[in-house]
Amino acid sequence: MKRKRLRWLEIVLAGLVLTLVGILVNNLAVNLIRTELGLSFKWLWQPAGFALSEHTLPYQPGDSTAWALLVSWLNSLRVIACSIVLATVLGVGAGAARRSLNPLLRQLAGLYVGLIRQIPLLLQLLFWYFVAFLGLPSEPMAPVGTLVSLSNQGIAILGLNLSVEFSAVLVGLSVFTGAAIAEVVRGGLDSVPKGQWEAFRSLGIGETLGMRKVVLPQALPAILPALSSQYLNLAKNSTLAIAVGFADLYAVSDTAITQTGRAIEGFLILLLSFLALNLLINGGMQVLNRIVVRPAQRT
Amino acid sequence: MTKRRSLISLLSACLAISACATLGDGEASRVDVIRNRGELRCGVSGKIPGFSFLKRDGSYAGLDVDLCKAFAAAIIGDPSKVQYRPLTAPERFTALKTGEIDLLSRNTTFNLSRDASGGNGVSFAPVVFHDGQGLLVKRNSGIRSLKGLKGQSICVGSGTTTEQNLNDAFQSLGLPYKPIKYQDLNQVVAGYLQGRCQAMTSDRSQLASARSGFERPEEHEILDDVLSKEPLAPLSSGGDQQFSDAMRWSVYALITAEELGITQANVDDKLKEAQENPDLTKLRRFLGVEGDLGSKLGLSNDFVVNVIRATGNYGEIYNRHLGPDSVVPIPRGLNQLHRSGGVITAPPFQ
Repeated sequence: MKRKRLRWLEIVLAGLVLTLVGILVNNLAVNLIRTELGLSFKWLWQPAGFALSEHTLPYQPGDSTAWALLVSWLNSLRVIACSIVLATVLGVGAGAARRSLNPLLRQLAGLYVGLIRQIPLLLQLLFWYFVAFLGLPSEPMAPVGTLVSLSNQGIAILGLNLSVEFSAVLVGLSVFTGAAIAEVVRGGLDSVPKGQWEAFRSLGIGETLGMRKVVLPQALPAILPALSSQYLNLAKNSTLAIAVGFADLYAVSDTAITQTGRAIEGFLILLLSFLALNLLINGGMQVLNRIVVRPAQRT
Repeated sequence: MTKRRSLISLLSACLAISACATLGDGEASRVDVIRNRGELRCGVSGKIPGFSFLKRDGSYAGLDVDLCKAFAAAIIGDPSKVQYRPLTAPERFTALKTGEIDLLSRNTTFNLSRDASGGNGVSFAPVVFHDGQGLLVKRNSGIRSLKGLKGQSICVGSGTTTEQNLNDAFQSLGLPYKPIKYQDLNQVVAGYLQGRCQAMTSDRSQLASARSGFERPEEHEILDDVLSKEPLAPLSSGGDQQFSDAMRWSVYALITAEELGITQANVDDKLKEAQENPDLTKLRRFLGVEGDLGSKLGLSNDFVVNVIRATGNYGEIYNRHLGPDSVVPIPRGLNQLHRSGGVITAPPFQ
C-alpha cells in the first residue's frame, strides 16, 4: 500500500520535471525562431579574429574560433592541473601541521587556514595579481642566482617561463583550495582514534614514519571523498581567471560570444567543456579511491 | 450580461483615450511641448569628465551639457531652462522613446541600426564629436605609433568591439601583439598603471577621461592612430521633423558661428555691425536681422544669437571642456573645422 503510493508520487514528480524541461526547451525553440536565430555552430569554423596572450599550441587570430576555444581549454587544464598539485602539497602540509607536536607549526597552520578561509577567492586573486605580482619591478630580479627570475612581465623558474596572469591564478587557487584541503586532512586525521597515535609513539616510532605508516592509511578513506569535491571546486573556481586577464576557457568564450552573438551555443560549449573536465577529475579520483581505500579497508 | 457590457464600454473608453493620446502627440511638435513646459528635459551621462560631469556645486558641465543649453536657448530662449536626467547606457533609448526626456545628449555613437526605423528608429542631429578607438602609452616609453607597439602587451577590456578593432588594426599592419584582457575598464587602467602593458586601448575620449584621474596625467600620451570610427551625436526620438530640424540647425549654428568667427564675447558687436550694415547679407541672414530662416524652423528668427550668447561657438565649447587647458585635454584632430583639416562643417544658412 505504502509502496504503491510512493510509486504514484514518483510518477507525478517525474511528470512535473519532464513538463518543466519541456516548457524550457519549447520556450528556447520558440524564441530562437521568433528572433530568427536558430541553433547553429557554423561560427565555430570561422576565423576567430582575436589574439590570445598565452597558448601552448600554435595559434593566430586567423585560426578558427573552435581552435581558439580548444587552446583556451588547454590553458584552463594547465592551470587547474598545476593548482591541484600545489594545493594538495600545501593542504596536506598545513593539515598535518595542525596536528603536529610543534606548537609554532600548529599556530602558523591555524593562522593560514583561519585567514584564507575568511576572504572571498575573487579578492584574493585580485590581490595576488594587482598587488603581489604586478607590484614586482619591471626589470627582472634574481634573488637566488639564475634559478628564479621575477618581474611583472613574467616569471622564470629553472628556465620555465610563466606569465604573471598564470602565476596569479595558480597561486590564488592553490592557496585558497590549500586551506580547504588542510581542514579536510585535519578532519581525516581526527577520525583516527587517539589510541593509534599513542600506540605508535609508545613504540618509539618517529612522527613522520608513524604518520605515514599508521595514521594516514586509516585517515585516507575519510579524506579522499571530500578531497575530490575540493578538486572539482578548484576546477570551477578557475573561471575567475577572467578577472586577472588570464586567457582561460571562460574568458575566451566570453569574447567569442560577444563577437558572434551566439550566446546559447557558446554557453552550451562552455557547459560541456566543464562537464568533460570535471568527469576527468572525478574519474581520476575514483581510480585513486580504488587503489588506496580498498586495500586499507580490507585489512 | 451587464458585466460584459460594462467591460466592453471600459475597453472602448481605454481605446478612445489611447487614440486621443497618440493623436495629441502626432499633432503638437515636441518644440511646442518644450516651449509650453518652459523647460527642456535633456538626458546625459553625468559620469564622463569633459562630456557631462556633475561638479561639486551640483551643476552639470561638459560638451554634451553645453549642447543641452544651446538647444534650450534655441527653443525657449533661455539656456538655464534645462532639466538634466543622468541615464545609463541601457536606459537611454527607453527614456527617449517613452518621452521621459526630450532629447539625448549622451556621447551616443551614430550608426545605421540606431537611426533606421527598423532599428531604434531615433533621429540624430549632426555629429558633435568624432571619437575613435585609441591607445594610451607612457610618454617616456618612446612609443609614438602603432608600429612601436610591435610584440608588446596591450591592456584591453574584453567582451566589446574594442578587442576586435584592436586586432583588425594590428593584423592589417602584420604586427604581432599580446592582448591582456580584463573584464572592465577599471581593471584595464590598473593593469596599465601597474606596468603590465605598454599601452591600453579604449575610445579616445574615455582614455582622456581616465587619464584625467591619474596621479600624473602629463606622463601619459594618447597616440595619433585611430583604430575605429565612433561619431557621437545628440538625438531625438524620431518622427518629429520640426524638432529634429531645430536640433540639427542649432548644431549647425554653433559650427557656422565658429566659421564666421562669431564668439560669445563678440556676438553683440557682430549683431550691431549686421544691423548697421545692409551689405553684409550673409551675416544678416545668419543672425536673423533679415530673412525668415529662424521662423521657417518654428523658432524665433534670432535663435542663432540666443544660442551663441548661451554657449559660444562650437570651438569655444570644445576648448572649454576638452581644450588644452581643460581637465580632459583631447587634441581636436578630426573635430577641427573643415578648413583647418578636420571634418566639422555646416551647410549654408540660406
